Amino acid sequence: MSALLELTNITKTYPGVIANENISLSVTKGEIVALLGENGAGKSTLVKAVFGLVRPDSGEIRIKGDLISAGDTAAAIEHGVGMVHQHFQLVPVMSVTENIILGDEPRKGIFIDKKKAREEVVALSKRYGLEVDPDAIVEDLPVGMQQRIEILKALRKDVDLLILDEPTAVLTPQEIEELLGVIKNLASAGVGVLFITHKLREVMAVADRVVVLRNGKTAGATTPKETNEEGLAQLMVGRNVVLQVDKSDAVKQGIVLSIRDLQANDDRKHTAVDGFSLDVHAGEIMGIAGVEGNGQRELVEAICGMRPRLMGSVLVDGLETPDMQPHKVHRMGISHIPEDREKHGLVASYSIEDNLVLNQFDQPPFANGWIRNSNALEQNANTLVEEFDIRTPSIKTTAGALSGGNKQKVVVARELSQNTKVVVAAQPTRGVDVGSIEFIHKQLVSARDHGAAVLLVSAELDEILSLSDRIAVMFGGKIVAILDGKDADRAKIGRMMAGLAS
Amino acid sequence: MRSRWLMFAITFIAILYFYMRDSLVTTSVIGTAITFGLPLAMAAMVGIMCERTGIVNIGIEGTLLVSSFVGFFTASASGNLILGLISAVAMGAISGLLLSLLAVTWKMDQIIAGTIINILATGLTSFFYKQGHTIPSTFPEVDIPGLSSIPFFGPVLFMHGPLTYAGIILIFVLWVALYKTPWGLRSRAVGEHPSSADTAGVSVIKLRYLNVAIAGAFGGLAGAYLTLELVGSWDRGFSAGKGFTALALMIFGRWNPIGALGAAIFFGTAQAVTNQLMITQVVTIPQQFTNMLPYVLTILILAISAGKVRAPAAEGQPYEKEQA
Repeated sequence: MSALLELTNITKTYPGVIANENISLSVTKGEIVALLGENGAGKSTLVKAVFGLVRPDSGEIRIKGDLISAGDTAAAIEHGVGMVHQHFQLVPVMSVTENIILGDEPRKGIFIDKKKAREEVVALSKRYGLEVDPDAIVEDLPVGMQQRIEILKALRKDVDLLILDEPTAVLTPQEIEELLGVIKNLASAGVGVLFITHKLREVMAVADRVVVLRNGKTAGATTPKETNEEGLAQLMVGRNVVLQVDKSDAVKQGIVLSIRDLQANDDRKHTAVDGFSLDVHAGEIMGIAGVEGNGQRELVEAICGMRPRLMGSVLVDGLETPDMQPHKVHRMGISHIPEDREKHGLVASYSIEDNLVLNQFDQPPFANGWIRNSNALEQNANTLVEEFDIRTPSIKTTAGALSGGNKQKVVVARELSQNTKVVVAAQPTRGVDVGSIEFIHKQLVSARDHGAAVLLVSAELDEILSLSDRIAVMFGGKIVAILDGKDADRAKIGRMMAGLAS
Repeated sequence: MRSRWLMFAITFIAILYFYMRDSLVTTSVIGTAITFGLPLAMAAMVGIMCERTGIVNIGIEGTLLVSSFVGFFTASASGNLILGLISAVAMGAISGLLLSLLAVTWKMDQIIAGTIINILATGLTSFFYKQGHTIPSTFPEVDIPGLSSIPFFGPVLFMHGPLTYAGIILIFVLWVALYKTPWGLRSRAVGEHPSSADTAGVSVIKLRYLNVAIAGAFGGLAGAYLTLELVGSWDRGFSAGKGFTALALMIFGRWNPIGALGAAIFFGTAQAVTNQLMITQVVTIPQQFTNMLPYVLTILILAISAGKVRAPAAEGQPYEKEQA
């Protein structure tokens, strides 16, 4: 059988980076091919090239045998390629119907035939068994539903090849199961699926074949039958990886961080944190599990003084921390590894040296009164670069020039090197390669072992499960349950995260 | 929504009350309100069309200035009003294309791009301006047969020059086009979330060029209206800040053509009422204060709408395809 998609020697370079180097790949009808790789391995670039969103420097793209010219989205769509993007390509203020018909609207004269458009959406959702409300406004819908719209959008034009770019990143475990079911159904209906992910479990569950990319090159191709998760991880990283975090039992001490009836709004002024109370002991890692958008971000910001606390208080060692004064909150002993390192963690145009003292630059030994002590700064930077394995040409290099993983290590180094009583780590390994994840996890465990109270917020359930001594499940701005980390059941937590069970 | 209906109701009752007391003056005041408000409404359409596709246009003032200038002097030199109109509209479109070139192609900061247009317009028109030119006449008033004899509505709505009708009709056309046609859906998508439009096969760049150019032509029409229909002359600084006021009305009208039209008429009414009070000497305040009225109102309008309205999300951001 001829291949649906045939890529030959695709190469794409960006200034200073080779995103794809001589990659060849094929997908046939009804086949699910998983494209596996770390962040920055070039997966997204490759599929964007297929869809015409990225113009490869060289190489050949053939769909159903026809040569597709580089950077031609329209031609790709015409040949039956549909793509579900990693970042949803939906207009938030428009309705589901409007989003699905955009670009190819049913018409009546010069006007949009709204009735027909709606019928089309209803029929489409029936046909694939993906239920949606055609009149709902997209921004009011949960992410799982938004993704469903993305998939319907892609399926609308009778696609033969469906590309999914990290479709499971923002879903609950239940939504992931559902999505994998949908993918299987599509494949058995004859659709070829090219599915990008860095989650090994998903690959093992649905893929017929796996292609692994590393540093822009094909690192290997295999099938789930021939390998296992460890084998795939090794292909991905190029060396042995310890998937399970090695840690001893927590030595729990007294309560250090205590959050009392905290309430905070999100940016749209809706209640996001709704009466949240939690105690975290010294020497334990408390994981907050939850689907993104259930108030975790607002919780972290309210704790760290970056978002107004409407009610309630945050105590460190029994002392109340001030509201909306991040600097003072930090002085009282709360370190913060922020979710968005580019925005809140680093100053991209400052050197690594300066970034490593961002919240203590005015304290001795880094400053004597008004004068900065360059020796102390350099010494500090050199020590931390060494200790935290920050891969950089020099400590004077600007933080913006580092890779995602190394940027994150700078933030982690700064926050953990101060030996604060509390560490609030929000999505500490987001967008970071597997090697750095392993390292950051070790550092968090070591902070715990040194007696810090660690509050870990992560959308990755695996991360929560492998690190936490206790797990608080958050849903709708509240804690649904607190479980012991050891006997936490993945499926049960998943249901709680979706607000189903208690 | 409710406050809007309330505003309508109050306006309606107020007009009715004054009409019963003095039909002649009320009719003339509301008629004047439309005359004052229309150029602002048309200028606001320029802003709406641009911003709906994600381009901030603060160069409307410049577009008005330069297109009215070209329109007036073409009409003056040729003695032909139609030729003046055509050249004004063409000049408006050119100023739109210039903005596209700066902001879409060169991805310049859009506030600076708009400022460049304003400075260019002021400089060029001042430099080439010559005193003493006149045009033979302005566009004559065309009374719509039948409709113009309806009491109140006749004189208010159906006894105007051709460009007034054209302006009002085009505002409604724009409204329908924006919400009912594929073009409108795509334009709004481009202004809200350009990469969604791009991935759906809509060319963001082409649509932005097209819309900003059409918007410029619309601004040209507004310029032509000001000089060739309303005033009949041209002087330095002729547009007198109308392009900026229009931006305020656009925001007050929530980027909706009908909303902006309503805001413009409200604005025109305030001015017409003040004029009337001054002429009849009911109140005597120094003229300087009444001249300030449009600007004070603009500030008030912006203060009222600030924070309550939501601008198109992708406004002001150049579109980078490969970051999609």
